[in-house]
Amino acid sequence: MQQVVSPDETKLIEALRAGDEQAFRELVRMYNSSLLRVARIYVPTQTLAEEVVAETWLAVLEGIDRFEGRSTLKTWIFRILANRAKTRAVRERRTLPLSAFEPERIQEPALAADRFRDWDDPRWPGHWAVPPTPWPEDRLLAGETRDKLAEAIDALPGTQRAVISLRDIEGWSAEEVCNALGLTETNQRVLLHRARAKVRKALEDYVK
Amino acid sequence: MTTAEALSCQELTELVTDYLEGALSPAERAHFEKHLAECGNCEIYLEQIRVTIRLTGTLAPDQLTPEAEEALLHAFRGWKR
Repeated sequence: MQQVVSPDETKLIEALRAGDEQAFRELVRMYNSSLLRVARIYVPTQTLAEEVVAETWLAVLEGIDRFEGRSTLKTWIFRILANRAKTRAVRERRTLPLSAFEPERIQEPALAADRFRDWDDPRWPGHWAVPPTPWPEDRLLAGETRDKLAEAIDALPGTQRAVISLRDIEGWSAEEVCNALGLTETNQRVLLHRARAKVRKALEDYVK
Repeated sequence: MTTAEALSCQELTELVTDYLEGALSPAERAHFEKHLAECGNCEIYLEQIRVTIRLTGTLAPDQLTPEAEEALLHAFRGWKR
């Protein structure tokens, strides 16, 4: 059986099994915010997400002695979370729309169609009608711009919000996001694409 | 469009993420970069996506409140016993 657990994780796992509180604190600080972001895909409120994450940590502690290292510790923790969150979502009678994880079923362009010339335009079909204009650097650097950015991310549909947060805030790789959320590579990219396009649009509307 | 393979600006905006993720085929990549070299507007668009990614990266991950962290550590101590 292939061991995929890194030396760092192995040390962490041993420390947890030995009851090292500092190791647990480290793990919590490493993953708690990402766990909350993923939980929010499944459950409707932040409070419920926090409960699901707390349950997940208990399940991690209860299961750590049986963890066999067939996946990374990170993947294992996020699988526990997904199972807990799904169970909770069912209990809360909230069913996810199928499309949440299969984004290509819905057409959703990066930009509104009226930003481009019509497809039957005699000279420049599909070229810019309303092109983007350069952003003033000083507006971008203002603290308020980052508040707008955070608002735009909060306003995204759950799965898009989780993908962009994990990729662009938490710095996860595409593969890690696919594993944690059970997404295909293509769907991960589509969700990231839509999320980034909407956040760019929000910045454009704000700085112009 | 001058050739059958040429990308329109609209098509390019839909390929931006595949481009940045390295998911385009070599031929698609070549078309993408050819368009980009000739189109200042699309160059601006791509740069704005890059800026968006960079700015998003400056948002701090949510921190646990000390109370929430303490509650988890309390659970940990209960588990250890």
